[in-house]
Amino acid sequence: MTVTQVESPPPGAPDAATPESRWLERLDGVLAPIITVLLAFLISGVVVYLTTRDLGDTLETYRAIFRGSGLSWFFELGGHDIGVPFSDARVWFPWETDDIASLAAANLQQTLIGWTALVLVGLAVAFAFRCGLFNIGGQGQYIAGSTAAILVATELPDLVDLPRVLLIVVTILAGMLAGAFVAGIAGFLKGTVGAHEVITTIMLNWIVLWVATYLFAVDGPFQTEEGGGAVPSSADVPEKAKLPVFWGDPLLQGLHIGLFVALASLVVYAFLLNRTTLGYEVRAVGFNPDAARYGGISVARNYFLAMAISGTFAGLAGALDSLGWQFRLDQTTIQGTTIGFTGIAVALLGRNTAVGVGLAALLFAALETGTASRNLDPEIFPPDLASSLAIIIQGLVVLFVGAQFVILLLLRRARTRSAAGST
Amino acid sequence: MRRLATRLPRGWRAVAWVGVLVGVAAALSSLPPITIRSPVVPVVIGLFAFTVGLGSWIRGERRIGGYAMAAGVIGLLIGYLATRSSVGNLETVVVWGALLGAALRYATPLLFASLGGLFSERSGVVNIGLEGMMLIGAFFAVWGADVGGHWTLGLLIGVAAGGLTGLLHAFFSITLRADQIVGGTAINLIALGLTSYLFLRIYGNEGTPTGISEIPNVSIGFLDETPGIGGFLDDALGDQNLLIWAAFVLVLAVWIVVFKTPVGLRIRSVGEHPRAADTVGINVYLTRYGAVTLSGMLAAAGGAYLSLGALATFDQNITAGKGFIALAALIFGNWRPFGAAAACLLFGVSGALATALQTYSTSASYLFEALPYALTLVAVAGVIGRSIPPAAVGKPYVKQ
Repeated sequence: MTVTQVESPPPGAPDAATPESRWLERLDGVLAPIITVLLAFLISGVVVYLTTRDLGDTLETYRAIFRGSGLSWFFELGGHDIGVPFSDARVWFPWETDDIASLAAANLQQTLIGWTALVLVGLAVAFAFRCGLFNIGGQGQYIAGSTAAILVATELPDLVDLPRVLLIVVTILAGMLAGAFVAGIAGFLKGTVGAHEVITTIMLNWIVLWVATYLFAVDGPFQTEEGGGAVPSSADVPEKAKLPVFWGDPLLQGLHIGLFVALASLVVYAFLLNRTTLGYEVRAVGFNPDAARYGGISVARNYFLAMAISGTFAGLAGALDSLGWQFRLDQTTIQGTTIGFTGIAVALLGRNTAVGVGLAALLFAALETGTASRNLDPEIFPPDLASSLAIIIQGLVVLFVGAQFVILLLLRRARTRSAAGST
Repeated sequence: MRRLATRLPRGWRAVAWVGVLVGVAAALSSLPPITIRSPVVPVVIGLFAFTVGLGSWIRGERRIGGYAMAAGVIGLLIGYLATRSSVGNLETVVVWGALLGAALRYATPLLFASLGGLFSERSGVVNIGLEGMMLIGAFFAVWGADVGGHWTLGLLIGVAAGGLTGLLHAFFSITLRADQIVGGTAINLIALGLTSYLFLRIYGNEGTPTGISEIPNVSIGFLDETPGIGGFLDDALGDQNLLIWAAFVLVLAVWIVVFKTPVGLRIRSVGEHPRAADTVGINVYLTRYGAVTLSGMLAAAGGAYLSLGALATFDQNITAGKGFIALAALIFGNWRPFGAAAACLLFGVSGALATALQTYSTSASYLFEALPYALTLVAVAGVIGRSIPPAAVGKPYVKQ
């Protein structure tokens, strides 16, 4: 099975790589995802229109989703102040940071919490892509990561005596390791017996899902009564292991420091791929495994490493979510998440680059927060439909990204035509 | 009769098959109606099966030998666990007729989707969108039966909607040459979003109305009177859904179409070597379009069984991963109709056991749910016989 070579030019591209044409190619790389997203929103707009039967309400629905995502916060300029870290001083700041005074600020916090996890799962898919592997297992690796983090944080009482920083680091490392392990199985099987990674990662997704469900189910080994909810769940993460919140109220799901971990991961991703031997080998294998093997690169080793590193990113996402805002795991959370599939959309739309993944993750995180039912006016659009609408939009984006080279082809044709017209 | 005799397994292959049967016997020894209480018996029988499997594996019968080894280990485990449980519990959980009946009900939607996937993948188009196609079929079947007033109409509309979904997948993967896995992922997402959206929009929080015309059950009264195994037969087959019987027929029909007709030969040839097929005048695009559309229709029929046949309602994400199990069964069954059917039945038994176990241990039943996926993982890893996909699967074809 071939994986879409998102980087390679589509057939019919001019071979001469003049500086100008290379620049145009980069422009296409930016334009194509934007067109993809616009197309997806346009088509789902038809669905919204059929629901509201009014063009004004359709636009108003999209506007409400945008407002609900909290991205409008950046446009609400004014004279406010912000606390300087490690002191009591306050200085002037153009935006309102108080999430009680500004609803947009509160929504933006939620969007950024979602962004943190989506970036990491997106990177998990993207890294494997660069090695020519399609990692559908982001889902399972994410669940493995959050399960491992929860288990280490709640089931090992001796660890609580550790200093806080160390405790959090150990817990997160456990999550990363679990993700790497699950993905590593797929990489190992691909490298040794050639089992296709799409099939193995799908199987692993479901194995992890059911094992995790088993762990926290009624009469499961780690199910705890003290959770107090109607759904059987794990014990709560102790206060000490929770990630510090730097914006907003820790009790009301404020923004945790995982955001910076995600930002750093973007840098690590770009550095690893573009500035290290490992990254060079991974890309070489992704570009042409046979040529890489001929050049003395161990393809099997790189398949394994690429998958393990992918899994590390996804496991990290799970650990950060567990320690940052979920604090416990239950059946509904384990079975309800679709983050692995959104991660695929993020990686595809972001064309497997660090910047692209960051932006695509922002789009999908904003979409998720914006379609949360509390952000929509029932008069305009039924809020309970909104999350389904978000899934439709995601699906359409993935569909069109799959056919992106058609868009590129059309762009190029339009350009040659206009060039022919002007001479 | 003589032809049949020549097809019987011989040599180490026959030995390996005996090993498989012995492995099954290990589990049976401590289950009703035999219920041997000593753990030694299933352990010894299981180890024997494993040894036989290992022996034939070493002598070159890798595939069946592997099955025998797996059967030995699993039989040993099940047998041992059964001796730890009380006879009373065993007799309530393990009612063979009821279990087989439940297994058939569990396997039927998988079978439809699996056979659908078989057409698509045999023609060279990967279809991980089976889950979405099932979901589409499940929703539109209920909707059609609700609006049209009769289950035949519902089934037709469901299957037609599934065909359209297949057509969409075909258009993107064949004509636009988009990556087939990306396309399948998109189909799954769109189907999940769209069916949830329409379900909430049309039926709201009350759910689908009661009294929708269901796909009927076929009740066979005389099975009860069979001497000796009457109760068993009646529990297993006495009152099963029409689509379950249709699934039996379908397996045979698919086998005949794929392996005994010119159409099947065409489908297989475009999946193995499209260029060669094209050279001899087979229309690669048309064949693939047909196969992928058909796969959507069959998967949708499986979905329709889930909603309109088994429950007469629809709920959001009613398939809950069944499409992926169907895909697993297809791979486990080595892209062959009878293989896929056997895999579906095996997964059906594990699903039925999981449900039966739920009365005693909810958590253990969840572990059972993971079994089909674990078995498939082991199968693709090549430990028990290698699964070999069609050669050109996943590769878009460019006509020259």
